[in-house]
Amino acid sequence: MKHLKAIIASIALFAMFAGTAVQAKVEIQWWHAFGGRLGELLDEQVNKFNASQNKYTVVHTRKGNYSETLNAGIAAFRAGQHPNILMVFEVGTASLMAAKGAYVPMYQLMKDAGQKFNPKGFVSAVSGYYTTTDGKMLSMPYNSSTPVLWVNKDLMKKAGLDPEMDLSTWKKVGNALDAAKAKGIDMPFCTCWHSWIHLENFSAYHDIPFATKANGFGGLDTELAFNSPVHIKHIQTLGKWAQEGKFKYMGRRNEAGKNFRAGECMLMTESSAGYAGIKKAAKFEFGIRHLPYYGATKAPQNTIIGGSSLWALSGKSDEENKATAAFLAFLSRTDIQAKWHQDTGYLGVTTAAAKKTKSSGFYKSNPGTDLAGIQMMRNKVTQNSKGLRLGSFDQIRGIIDEEMEGVYSGKKTAQVALDSAVRRGNVLLRRFERANK
Amino acid sequence: MEKRVFFKGWKLPLLLVTPQLIISAVFFFYPSGQAIWNSLFLPDPFGLKTEFVGLDNFRFLLSDSYYLASFKTTIIFSVAVTISSMLIGLYLAALADRLIKGSGVYQTLLIWPYAIAPAIAGVLWLFLFNGNIGLVSWYLKGLGYEWNHNLDGDQAMFLVVLASAWGRISYNFLFFFAGLQAIPKSILEAAAIDGASFWKRFMSVVIPLLSPITFFLLVVNIVYAFFDTFGVIHTITSGGPEQSTTILVYKVFSDGFVSQDLGSSAAQSVILLILVGVLTVIQFKYIERKVHY
Repeated sequence: MKHLKAIIASIALFAMFAGTAVQAKVEIQWWHAFGGRLGELLDEQVNKFNASQNKYTVVHTRKGNYSETLNAGIAAFRAGQHPNILMVFEVGTASLMAAKGAYVPMYQLMKDAGQKFNPKGFVSAVSGYYTTTDGKMLSMPYNSSTPVLWVNKDLMKKAGLDPEMDLSTWKKVGNALDAAKAKGIDMPFCTCWHSWIHLENFSAYHDIPFATKANGFGGLDTELAFNSPVHIKHIQTLGKWAQEGKFKYMGRRNEAGKNFRAGECMLMTESSAGYAGIKKAAKFEFGIRHLPYYGATKAPQNTIIGGSSLWALSGKSDEENKATAAFLAFLSRTDIQAKWHQDTGYLGVTTAAAKKTKSSGFYKSNPGTDLAGIQMMRNKVTQNSKGLRLGSFDQIRGIIDEEMEGVYSGKKTAQVALDSAVRRGNVLLRRFERANK
Repeated sequence: MEKRVFFKGWKLPLLLVTPQLIISAVFFFYPSGQAIWNSLFLPDPFGLKTEFVGLDNFRFLLSDSYYLASFKTTIIFSVAVTISSMLIGLYLAALADRLIKGSGVYQTLLIWPYAIAPAIAGVLWLFLFNGNIGLVSWYLKGLGYEWNHNLDGDQAMFLVVLASAWGRISYNFLFFFAGLQAIPKSILEAAAIDGASFWKRFMSVVIPLLSPITFFLLVVNIVYAFFDTFGVIHTITSGGPEQSTTILVYKVFSDGFVSQDLGSSAAQSVILLILVGVLTVIQFKYIERKVHY
C-alpha cells in the first residue's frame, strides 16, 4: 500500500513538472502571405528560430495573397481572434498607422521586452516607410523589393536582338518589342503589379508627384495627382502596345510571372523579388536590368519599395509580446537578413546585411542582383520619391487596376481612365480622412 | 376551395409557430436589423471607432457610377442565366420525354452537374478558359480568336453566365421533365387527332400546362442568379475586369470584406433587402395571377 502511494505521488509530481514544461514554451502566431518558393524560405526562418532557443514557438500560417492576409487580420481583430504578428504589405501601412490601438509600435514592443534593437541599422529608404514623422518605428520591415526589368535572353536572340542591348529607356524597349513582334514572338512584353510599377514607381522614378502633400506623408488631406501628361503618355503607350499585341495582360498581381518563368514572355517588369521563382524555374538564360524611363526627362530619380512589414497586434499578454519581440529581433539579425536577401532578391533591409552580401562576392557571381539596391538608393530622395502613405490604398489600387484594364482593352484613352481613377480615388481618400480624423 | 383549419385557443398554434419565429428572428430579423443600424455609421476597419453619418452612406453609393452600373450588370447577368438555363433545360426535358427507353439514364447523367458546388464549377470552367493553360482558350487561339476574360468584360460575363447556368440546367431539366411526364397523354392525343402538329401541340397545350412549373422555376432561378452565384463569380473573375461582372451581392462582399468599407457595405445590404422585397411582391401579386394551376 505504501508502495502504491509512492508511485501515485511520483506520477503526480512528474505530471506537474511536465505540465510546467509545456506551459513554459510560449506559442505565438504569425499570419503571412507567402506561398511557393518564398513560403519555403519563410518556413526555413521560422524553423531556425524555433530550434535556436527553447522558450518560444512561432507558428506561421498563410492566409492567401497580401490583401487577403490583411483582411483576414482585420476581421480577426474585430472578433478578438487575431495573431500576434501580421504581415501587412506596404499599401496597407497607412491603414494600420491610422488604427492606433490595434498594434503595439515596434519601438515600444522592443523596449518593453528589453530587446536590443537599433532602428538606425535599417536602410533609411526602407525604414522611412514604417516610421512616423517624429522618428518612431511602428513596424518591422520584412521583405522589401523594387521593380526591375527582367529579360529572357534566349527570346531576345530568337527575335534577332542583341541580348545585351541597351534597354534603359521606354523608347528603346519599344523598338525591341517591334522587332520581337515582327519575328513572331507571341508575348514580347508583360508586367506584374500595374499600379505599383507603372504609376507609383513611375512617379518616383521621374520625380513627379503621385499624390499631393508629399504623396500623403504630409497629411490625410492628400489628393491623387497621377494624371499628369507624363503619366498619361506612359499608360497610353502601354495601351497601344496591348492593342498591337506586343503587351499581353495576364492579371493584376504577379500572374505574368508564370508566363515569364515558362519562357513565353521576352521582357517583363516585375519586383526584384521575382528572383527566387525565376532562378528556380527558368530553363533559359535571364538577365536583370534597371527599370526603363523616359529619356526626355532628366536622369531617373530612385524607385520606391513594395513588400511588407510585420506588425505586432495589440491585446496580447506580456509573455507573448516578449516572444514576438524575440522573434522579430531574430529576423533582423545580419546573417538571417543576408541569406534572405540572397535567396529571394528582396533588398537587404539592414545596412549590415547589404555589406555582408557584398563582401561575400555574391553580386559578382550573380550579376544583376545588386541593381535593385542601386536603383533604390541612387539619389537623395525627394518629396516625390520617398514612398506613399495613402489611406484605403488597397481599394484605390483596385480602382486604378480597373481603369487600366479599360485602357488595355481599348475601351478608354489613358486620359479618360487616369482622370476617372484620380476622381474615384479622391472620394475614397476623403472617406478615409473622415473615418480617421 | 380554400382549406382552412381552425384551432381552439392560442397555446398550440403559438407552440407550433415558435420554432419558425425563432429561426426568423435569429437568421433574418437580427442580421437585417444590424445591417440597417450599421448603414448609418462610418466605422474604421478595425472597429476601434465609429461615426454616425446619417444617410451619407446611401448618398455616397447613389453618386457612385460603378454602384449604379452594378444594377445593370445584375439584370443582364440574372436574365442571361435564367433564360439560357431554362430554355436549355426545357429543350433537354422535351427530348428526354420523347424517349421510350432509357430516359432514366439520360435523367441521371443530366442531373450530375447539379451536384457540383458553384465554387467548384467556377474553378472547372476557369481551367477550361484559362489564358495560360486552358483547353478551350487554346483551341480558340487556334481558330484565331483571342480569349482573355481578364481583360474583356463581355468574355468575362459570358464565362460567368456559362458557369452559373451550367449547374442550373440540371435543376430546370428535372422540374420540366417531371412537368412533362405529368401532362396526361390523352390531351396530347386528342390534339393530335384534331390535326395539330407537334409544334402546335407544344406551344398551345404543353406550354400552358407547364406554366406553374415555369413560374416556379423563374422565381427560383432569379433568386439563384441574384444570391447563389457568388462562388462562381469569386472564383472566376472576382468581379472584374473593370467591375463588369460585379453583381450587387458581389459588391456587398467586395466593398465590405475586401475594401473594409463596412458602412457602405451595410447600406448596400439594406438597398438589396428593399429590392428583394419589392421583387417578391411583384412576382406573387402580378405574375402569379396569369398562371394556371
